[in-house]
Formats: sequence, C-alpha cells, structure tokens
Amino acid sequence: MSKDISIRKGLDIKLVGEAELTTKDLPASKVYALRPDDFHGVIPKLIAKQGHTVKAGSPLFFAKGNDKVLFPSPVSGEVIEVKRGEKRKILEIKVSADLDQVYEDFGTKDPSSMNREQVIDHLTSSGCWPFIKQRPYDIIASPDDQPKAIFVSGINSAPLAPNMDFVLAGKEEVLKAGFTALTKLTEGKVHLTIGKSSNAFPQVAGVEVHKASGKHPVGLVSTQIAKIDPINKGEKVWVIKAEDVAIIGELLLTGKYNAERLVALAGSGFNTPSYVKVKQGATVGDIVAGNIKEGNYRIISGDVLTGTLSSKENFLGYYDNQITVIPEGDDYDFFGWNKPQPNKFSVSRATLFSFLTPNKKYDLNTNTNGEHRAFVVTGEYEKVFPLDIYPMQLLKAILVKDIDEMEALGIYEVAPEDFALTEYICISKQDHQRIVRQGLDIMINEVG
Amino acid sequence: MGLKQNLHNLKEKYKGTKMEQGFNALHTFLYLPNSTTHSGAHIRDAADLKRIMNTVIMALVPCLIFGIFNAGYQHHLAINGAAEFLTMDNFLVGASKIIPLLLVSYGVGLGIEFIFATINKHEVEEGYLVTGMLVPLIVPVDVPLWMLAVAVAFGVIIGKEIFGGTGMNILNPALTIRAFLFFNWAGWMSGDKVWVHGGVNPADYGVDAISGETILGTLAGNGNVSYSVMDMFMGYIPGSVGETSVFFILIGALILLLTGVGSLRIMLSAVIGAVIMGLIFNGVAGTDLVPEGSKFFGLMSFPFWQHLLVGGLAFGIVFMATDPVSAAQTDTGKIIYGFLIGFISVMIRVFNPAFPEGVMMAILLMNVFAPTIDHYVVQANVKRRMNRLKTKTA
Repeated sequence: MSKDISIRKGLDIKLVGEAELTTKDLPASKVYALRPDDFHGVIPKLIAKQGHTVKAGSPLFFAKGNDKVLFPSPVSGEVIEVKRGEKRKILEIKVSADLDQVYEDFGTKDPSSMNREQVIDHLTSSGCWPFIKQRPYDIIASPDDQPKAIFVSGINSAPLAPNMDFVLAGKEEVLKAGFTALTKLTEGKVHLTIGKSSNAFPQVAGVEVHKASGKHPVGLVSTQIAKIDPINKGEKVWVIKAEDVAIIGELLLTGKYNAERLVALAGSGFNTPSYVKVKQGATVGDIVAGNIKEGNYRIISGDVLTGTLSSKENFLGYYDNQITVIPEGDDYDFFGWNKPQPNKFSVSRATLFSFLTPNKKYDLNTNTNGEHRAFVVTGEYEKVFPLDIYPMQLLKAILVKDIDEMEALGIYEVAPEDFALTEYICISKQDHQRIVRQGLDIMINEVG
Repeated sequence: MGLKQNLHNLKEKYKGTKMEQGFNALHTFLYLPNSTTHSGAHIRDAADLKRIMNTVIMALVPCLIFGIFNAGYQHHLAINGAAEFLTMDNFLVGASKIIPLLLVSYGVGLGIEFIFATINKHEVEEGYLVTGMLVPLIVPVDVPLWMLAVAVAFGVIIGKEIFGGTGMNILNPALTIRAFLFFNWAGWMSGDKVWVHGGVNPADYGVDAISGETILGTLAGNGNVSYSVMDMFMGYIPGSVGETSVFFILIGALILLLTGVGSLRIMLSAVIGAVIMGLIFNGVAGTDLVPEGSKFFGLMSFPFWQHLLVGGLAFGIVFMATDPVSAAQTDTGKIIYGFLIGFISVMIRVFNPAFPEGVMMAILLMNVFAPTIDHYVVQANVKRRMNRLKTKTA
C-alpha cells in the first residue's frame, strides 16, 4: 500500500548549467580530507594521527559522546595533516591517497539474514553510520535509538540537482542490499519516495514506495515525512540519502567501504557541466580542474540553496553529491532596487517580470539583492513552504529563544534545508537556515 | 573612476564614523549594494524591501496627482461657485498646498529616521518612504504645516522608533500621525474649514465663508448630500488630499494586487465587512426604531455601498489596512482582520456623528488586536498538531 504525495506549494528555481548526462573520467585526487564540520554537533576524537597509514574504511576519528560512531577515511594512504583552527578545533584531516587503493575488509554479509544488532554493529564498525541522520534536529542518528520509521528520498528537486536515475543507474543490486539492511533497523516502515517516472530503484520487501510530484521542496525528506507520517514530539525518524544506501549496500555485498559517488558538476560557471565519479572528500580543485570559466565565480559544495561555500583548495563535503559554480555578484547596480531586472528571478511581481517567462532559465549570481531588514512582508513564505507550519512565527520564536513556542510551532519537524526556499524569497534577507540551525541546537541543549 | 567608485571609496572612508548610516542610506538609494551571500542560500530573490516599498509609492502616485488637481478644483469651486477640473490653475493651487505637505512629511520624518539610525547604529530603513507619502494624502489640505511637523515627529518616534523601527511597530505610523492630528486639534480636523483650501481665511479670497463640509459631515448633521454618485466615485468632493477619488484608489489597488504587494484577503474582506455593516444599518433605518429626526438617521439610511465611495474608507482599506507590519500576519488572520476593519469603520461612522471618519479608528483598533487574531490562528495550528499526537497514542 503506497501513499503517493503531491505538493502544490513550493518553487522551482530554474538555472542554466544543468549537468549533461555523461560521466567524465577524472584523474584521482592526490589529497582527500574529512571535515568534522560536515557532521553537525560532532566533537571529533582523533584515532589516526599525522603519519599514520590508513586503509579506505579505517576510522579517522570518532564522535565524543558516542564512541560507536566512527568516521572512516575515504581512501587508503597516509594521514599528512590534521589542520586545526581556533581553540585547536579540528578543521580537516587530510589523507594523501595511495596509487593503488587498499580497502579495509569488513567481510561480505547477507543482509536478509542479519538482525538489527548485527546491522547496527556492521554499519558503525565500518564507518557507514554517519550516513544515517535523524529528525528531529538533523544530526547523525544515535545507534542506541529506536526510530519509528526510516525515510529515503529518491528524488532531488533542488536547483540543478543531480538526476537520481542517472546517478543510481546499474546499482540495483547494491541498493537492494542496502534497503534490506535498512528494513532491519526499524520496527516501523522504511519509506522510499521516488519521482513519477523513476526506474532506478529495485523492489524490496518491507520498503514502502511513494511517488511524489510537485515543485521543490518535494525532494526534501522533511516534506515527505510531513506528508506520509509526520513527526510528533518524542518520536524519532531516521533519514538517509539514496546514494548512501548504495554505499551501504556495496559494503554489505563486497565488504569494502567504497565512498565513491557520481557527482554532478552544474552551474553556469562550468565549461562542460557533467557528472564525474569521485570519492568523498576529494580536493575540489582536482574535480573542477580546467572546467571552470574565466572570471569571478563561486564554487559551492552542494546545491545553490543549501550548499557550503567552497574553493579549489577545499574538499568535497561528506554528504554532497553536487558541485555548483555560479557567478559572484559583488558589484553595485545603479538603481538596482527599483528598475526592472530582466536577468533576475523573483517570486515577486514588483517591477520584476520573471513571472511572465516561467520556463526561462536564469544565470543568477550571489548578490543578496538588498539589505538585511526586520521581517516586514508577510504571507510570502507560506507560498513556498509546504509543511503545516507557520514559518515566520517559528523563526521569530527561535529568535527570541522561546522553547515552548518552538515546540508548539513544529521545530521537531524541520531541518535547516527546509527553510532554504523561504530564505531565498525573503525580502528582508534574513538567514533562515542559520536561524533554524540555531533553534535546533537550542532544543538539543535544552530538551535533548 | 565613475560615481560608483567614488561612492565606494567614500563608504570606506565613513565606515565607523557618525556619517556611516546616513551615507549608506544615500549610497544604497543610488546603488543596489554589492553585498553577497555568506551563509545559507547562495542565491537570493531579486526583490527587496526597497522595491516593495517603491511599488506602494507608485500605487499612491495616481491618488497624489488627482489630489493636487482636486485641491485646486475645490478651492475654485468654493470661491467662484463653478470651476473646470483639469486646469493648470487647479494644479498650481493644489501643488502650492500639497508639495509643502509632502516636503514637511518627508523632511521631518526622514530627518528623525536618520537621527535614530545614527544613534542606534542601524541602517536607515525604508518604512518611512511609504509613510511619508501616505501622510500628505490623509490630511486636510489646509492643515498648518507646523501641526503636521509635530504630528509626524510624534508618529515616527512614538509610533515606530521606540518599538525598534521598521517592521517592529504595532500601529500603522501614518495613522498614528493622523490620529495625533485629530486628537490634538479636533476642531481643525473635523470641522468644515480645512477640507477646502481657503476655508480658514476666506476673506483673503474675497468671500465671506467657504463651506467645505465633507459628505460624512453633512450626513452626520442629517443634511442632504449635494454630490452625485459619479462625483463621489471620481472624487470631485472635499476630503483629505488623496482619499476622495475611489477611481484612482482602485488603480492603486490594482497595482498593489497585480504586483502581489497588497493583500487581497484584507482588501476584499474589509469591503465585505463594510457592506454587511452598511446593510444592517440600512435595514434598521427602514424600521420604526430610528425615526427620521434621529441624529443617526442620515448616516444609517445612507445607501450601504456608498459608504465605500465617501470618506477615507476606500483609501484606508487599500493602503492602510494592508500595511503588512501592523496587520494580521497569517492568511486566516488577514481575513478576520480585514472584515472587522470594514465592519467597525462603518459602525463608528454611524454611531459617533461627532467623529464620522471611522476607518482610521477601526484600523488602529484592529492593529492592536492583530497579534491576538494571529495568536488564535496559530494556536489552531498548534492544536491540530497536538491532536495528531493524541490520535496516535490513543
């Protein structure tokens, strides 16, 4: 029995530079890095020190407070640097990769014959556990918890997001193994949401498939959870990306932790937007080498709405399956606040005419198009926010740190990424995602 | 080295000085800033608060231009007994009265905003751009400039800045200014002198008296309205500068609705609220309860739909009630809020003949209640969420 979902609210931001469905081969990066900052709330305790040699899948650090959760090296090689920032905070653990990759052998398994404890042990010891996040709070799940359900989003609706069918083509076997393992982790259901015409996913017993249609954020897992089985206070659900289910499946079938994924290179800044096969933590400069246009461009690890600011010296984010390059917008625009802007996209029709060309693709830059202001205009966020939550009221409750109010208004159901669209359309140019993250952190500290 | 570069260099120079906020206001007026995103979404919508406010100002311009002509027209009508409408003379007389109102409104208001921005080290925000335009449109044409200046100062400081500036205020600042004028100089604001230019000192124009009573004033005195419905609709009647012409207000409303800046929910439900209250009164006026000699009879029997054509009701509904900061903020809340504004406006008009212009009080009253309305709308959502939990555990 599947329950299909469709949303009417939302917004598709159409950008130029969609990745062509071809995979380019890249020479492997020399240096890979794991960045603890990719794992919100994790305080890293180092296992591998500088000079150690590691295999692909060997743990580099574990999470303080939960020593079962290991964070593995994506490649084999030598730990060449532990880069630290202020207060000796660990920023990056760099591994220089061997030419011939050696994998830690975790042993092949048959997921259908494993029980819950065995699956959890296997995923934690092999370093695959960080793929599993939880709602509420959008942090890495605790292996000690019992989730009421597990949600996997099989569609990507963000601007220029990778095509899931293309990314997962030919991975039926590993996906099947991965999903079978997931069904062991919860007594509830495993929900998989796919696009209307998707054919990348195999049928797995115990996995409930939902077909979804609508604008972005239909691909965000919070939207799907809200439509299928909303989170109530005290409940936990786990979420995992479909690509990561494939990595888990490969671990089960081959015994290897192979952190390789197909990454979309998208955005107007690329000469040839396409897909590349790389491992987590690869040097961004190596991935984009020779492909970026001349000029002032911004490299984003992730998509334009939720990605992190990156650079050629930086590393591909742990969860990221996309690198986006768009023009920087650091220039003044004469009377830019009142003249029509034919090259900019807006949901507003105030002397902006993008609503007349709904299918036009835009080459947007990073200009904020205005200054930070108090919340003034009302009723706008609700148009792109499909959850049954009052977004502005929730943001205000967070800003005044009113825990009861946050709880009542639905903070347990949201992740920062859910507020990316409201942040995009925000006329007052407020940082919604940062505010929501702050609110979730308050709740972790105060409620736990 | 163009203007752009010069301004940029000056910006660096003024950074951290007392001039910073004032200069930035000027700079960002000329140029959209070069600021880029740092956290969160890397791309942002092309609209900003300045653009939204600018749209409201554009929607007000037709009313302003009509108001200028009408001021001159009413003036000439009063002293000569007859006049053409679209004449240069009307425009010049009107402009000579209304441009000073505009200058005082913007001069005093923005002056105070700049001072507060400098003291509080925040940006000069856009809210006053609209308020400054609204104020001259909702005052009588002959209001003394010093009164206006005092009222604007009060409205900006007490109505807005003490709450923290644009976006933080509880009451609509323009109406706060209007209410300040009304309660301090009630004789001026509700008599028959100020609505037509020259009424204060008719001797200057060689006439004994200028009768510039508004239609609502006439009705409150059970008088007979001498204007046709077409006059009322087009706005060839005495009244506050910008509020007489429903035709041009509708053009403004159209601009606000097409651009999505004004709330259709508020406007429509306010009209419905006013119509329903008007119908109730019309019904009551037809019974024996209200004899023809009653002081309420004139306004009660005034055809319900004509309430929308006279006084400030239409202007208030389109431009004042829709102010997003002081209005209800939830979609359901907006419907309730708008309905009550229309309903209460007409009620105040009828029941308080000494104060026939009810829309101002109705909006200010509902401004105060808007957070309460929102509270209950949001609570309904919270309750729904709680029920979900209950049905699950049951």
